[in-house]
Amino acid sequence: MAGTSRMKQPASVRIVRLPCTGRINPLLPLRALEDGADGVLISGCHPGDCHYREGNLYARRRLELLQRFLPFVGIDPKRLRYVWVSASEGARWQTIVAEFTQQIRELKARGEAS
Amino acid sequence: MTKLGYFPGCSLEGSASEYDQSSRYVCKQLDIELVELPDWSCCGAHAAHHTQHKLACALSARNLSIATKQGVDSVVAPCPACYSGLKSAQNQLANNPGLTEKLKSELDLDCNAKGEVFSLVELLSHIEPETLKAQVKVDLGGLKVAAYYGCLLVRPPKLVQFDDPENPTSIDNLLSAAGVQMLPWDYKVQCCGAVLGISNPDIQLKLSGDILKMAQLAGAQAVAVACPLCHANLDLRQEQINKYCKSNFNLPIIYFTQLMGLAFGASPKGLGIDKHMVNVGPLLSKVGIR
Amino acid sequence: MKIGVFICHCGNNISATVDVEQVAQHALTLPGVVCAHTIPHACSEPGQQLIKKNIQEKGLNRIVIGACSPRVHEATFKRVLAQAGLNPYLLEFANLREQCSWVHEDRQLATGKAIDLIDMAVNKAARLEPLTSSKVDVNKRTLVIGGGIAGIQAALDIADSGHEVALVEKTPTIGGNMARMDKVFPTLDCSACILTPKMVEVASHPNVTLYTYSEVEQVSGFVGNFKVKIRKKARLVDMEKCTGCGSCTLKCPVKAPSEFNMGLDNRGAIYIPFPQAVPHIPVIDKTVCSYILKKKCGLCQKICPTGAIAFEQQDELTEEEFGAIIVATGYELMDWTVYGEYGYGKYKDVITSMQYERILSSSGPTGGHIKRLSDGREPEVVAIIACVGSRDAARGRPYCSSVCCMYSAKYAMLTREHLPNAQVYIFYMDIRACSKMYEEFVQRAQEKYGANYVRGRVSKIFERNGRMVLQGADTLLGQSVELEADLVVLAVGITGTQSTIELAKKLNISHDEYGFLTENHPKLRPVESSTAGIFIAGACQSPKDIPLSVAQASSAASKVLGLISHDKLETSPLVAEVTILKCVGCFRCLSVCPFSAIEEQVLRDGTKVAQVNPALCQGCGLCSATCPPAAIALRGFTDDQLISQMESLCQLNPEL
Repeated sequence: MAGTSRMKQPASVRIVRLPCTGRINPLLPLRALEDGADGVLISGCHPGDCHYREGNLYARRRLELLQRFLPFVGIDPKRLRYVWVSASEGARWQTIVAEFTQQIRELKARGEAS
Repeated sequence: MTKLGYFPGCSLEGSASEYDQSSRYVCKQLDIELVELPDWSCCGAHAAHHTQHKLACALSARNLSIATKQGVDSVVAPCPACYSGLKSAQNQLANNPGLTEKLKSELDLDCNAKGEVFSLVELLSHIEPETLKAQVKVDLGGLKVAAYYGCLLVRPPKLVQFDDPENPTSIDNLLSAAGVQMLPWDYKVQCCGAVLGISNPDIQLKLSGDILKMAQLAGAQAVAVACPLCHANLDLRQEQINKYCKSNFNLPIIYFTQLMGLAFGASPKGLGIDKHMVNVGPLLSKVGIR
Repeated sequence: MKIGVFICHCGNNISATVDVEQVAQHALTLPGVVCAHTIPHACSEPGQQLIKKNIQEKGLNRIVIGACSPRVHEATFKRVLAQAGLNPYLLEFANLREQCSWVHEDRQLATGKAIDLIDMAVNKAARLEPLTSSKVDVNKRTLVIGGGIAGIQAALDIADSGHEVALVEKTPTIGGNMARMDKVFPTLDCSACILTPKMVEVASHPNVTLYTYSEVEQVSGFVGNFKVKIRKKARLVDMEKCTGCGSCTLKCPVKAPSEFNMGLDNRGAIYIPFPQAVPHIPVIDKTVCSYILKKKCGLCQKICPTGAIAFEQQDELTEEEFGAIIVATGYELMDWTVYGEYGYGKYKDVITSMQYERILSSSGPTGGHIKRLSDGREPEVVAIIACVGSRDAARGRPYCSSVCCMYSAKYAMLTREHLPNAQVYIFYMDIRACSKMYEEFVQRAQEKYGANYVRGRVSKIFERNGRMVLQGADTLLGQSVELEADLVVLAVGITGTQSTIELAKKLNISHDEYGFLTENHPKLRPVESSTAGIFIAGACQSPKDIPLSVAQASSAASKVLGLISHDKLETSPLVAEVTILKCVGCFRCLSVCPFSAIEEQVLRDGTKVAQVNPALCQGCGLCSATCPPAAIALRGFTDDQLISQMESLCQLNPEL
């Protein structure tokens, strides 16, 4: 929707396609951060509105735990964000991507190398 | 003994002093200690929130901050307009920490947003009916009364969160416990015209006239109110209403606290019942009160 | 590994912002890539030919396409691969349009990103495996749930095409809400006259098995192969023996409010809901019958000439198999008694639209005479209030009932036909009459029937001297209005039902907060539910009038016919797969799977391991993320494939 409506977004975002947030093993975002990604943004259907019925409910629990776990391995929890954006919420997606990119840039500017 | 901050407001100092008298009496009988807020200021009434929301909020916030200083968390206001002003200020303070800080830094107001703001009706509704019944010394069973709530006592529902906004029953319950026959009727929350009595009396007289008409149709011998402005519109202006509506109402308008006071055995004079424009005497003598 | 990369210009949709040549040049440097081409329109016939030619000539075995969103053309290019003799799942898509050229302006940044996206895709492509789908048999029988007009229409359409249908209705008769209605807009033909023939037809159709007074108890299985348990509730009347004479219903001494007449009158404990009920067989209400409650009475048993009364009858459970399911469970009126300003339901002369239908109906409780319920007087003024419980976000009903504008106009006409001297007032917010002949219908109500339309909401209703007083605003005149009426009809809004929500849970299909079932796509898949093989029709999907319900029912039926016209169904190969050697048999996957697609499998040595039923698996990957020893992989999205994408991305770009 954001793409079809040509809503401008920061060019530093790369999307990895997944069927459902429920597919996300917490090791995947952790691996991305370990490999050098500056931030990981996870977006899925709204809770209660899962295309696969309840995958995002599991994802919500896992990612919340992962986020709390990040400081233990020395990663700023601000580098991980999970959001719920439906396919029709292009404008919301645009705002979230812009905000998150800005947040990551600020982390970098503070010299917190990943 | 329950201890609360008491905010009488301007009307209760003047035109509605009998509401003040009777409120204090009823609370005393029910073991509620009212601590009048020292140096309280106007709640802002109609004018403040019509012109500037911040001013309206600040005026009420000042009164709430006095309560905090007095060491009382909760405040009771008999007048529904004062109650509405205080309640909405308190609500804004509770939901907007920025505002609380601003009022503190600009006006040095320290408000405890945790305390509650009660109308007198709401406060008394927390008392068990049995406790009320235990106080009754005079039988008012011969009185048929319609309770009139007006606008601000139960509205806006999201703010006050008390009683039913369409068919409130709290005053009915209080007065039933005091032994009065309460009548079901449909004009409990219709507007009396409020301050239009000054700027556009035709509208107010028609609206207040409708209320009296419906009360009479319901078989009421008197109307119980909880608001100084409603009282003024229905009582003080009843003669004007009769002229405007070509009617001949002679319907006593009595504060609900006065009726409770009568039931609790106070003298009519002590409750200021002689101050009403529509003479309540004949009705009271019917039930044996002089 | 021979990877071919094809970058689409998409006219200039991509090439205006992305230097496609540079992207192709870069692709050539990646390991395994043997050719990289740019194509003006990859999806066009010449574009497709170029890809096929390269596959065949260069022996490509992995294809990367950088073009639009995979949602648009992934299927197209899968076909191209298949036509060129390559497994279609050896294709990886990079979205260079929606995710890159359309959302960025800086050509250099966009080109850099496109290069990354191709890089990620090539890396993943190198790890793709050929996948094949499995095939399952299709059961040709269809289950239709709900015997209102939508369910009847769907069942008839399918049955007429020569396929077997089971129609399950939870109440004792089919007909639904439409059977309650008097005359229906915009033609004002009698509802019963057009509905009852269809009820009879569906009940007597050789291809239809009718289960009335029955409910769906449990559903398992998947598209083409559903297993459904149906509970046939005990009627306490033997349907074989009963002739439908109705003598029992006349003798029954018990009184209970009639559901069919919306509580306006009473029925007995044994009753036939209405004269045209199908089947025309009574049912005993176990909650009020004296014999059941106190073992007293039994009058019906004594009077029945055929000995059909069967107090000992028990519920029966039957299990049947179906290939497809249509849900047509309809609607009900929202609970309007939340409206304190209209008296919370305490006034007898404030009634609902459905009650007014019954009053207007000649077979209704008043024999078609319009009377007040309080004193039986004919009303001189009838007021209709539209949008009660519709378009009212404050009462939690923000949506439009979609029918109350029309039936309000209908009530104006019918009221004036019954009582030519009566005045009719309609309080409305807007008039929505946007279907064939609808606007004309409303005009006729105003012009020929003299309905008084007042634009504005009624803020209060109360009783004065035996009449109902309506206070409100006329927003066109900017005045407050007060109207004395004898009868007030509330055009009450429509809501989904609690029983539909419960059914949706059994069927594993989605519903919204109002109890309406959710279609798979609001525009392009309007009768498909979120689960393959389950379709929705009529007002259980959203408020609908009769024409739309019938149209949607036929549409659902045609979708079912399309499905069961296949003998076998191909399932998607993008499903989970268990590596038996790694599985430790903890079955966490089984507990999380939302589709019950995981089963226990006992190996020859007795160990239990998980097994995926590919026909049930929808490919969400939840099991894969749950499995502790990583024994379950989701085909097409394996850990290896995803990590390869992320690694190529991170290695490429130390700084962005």
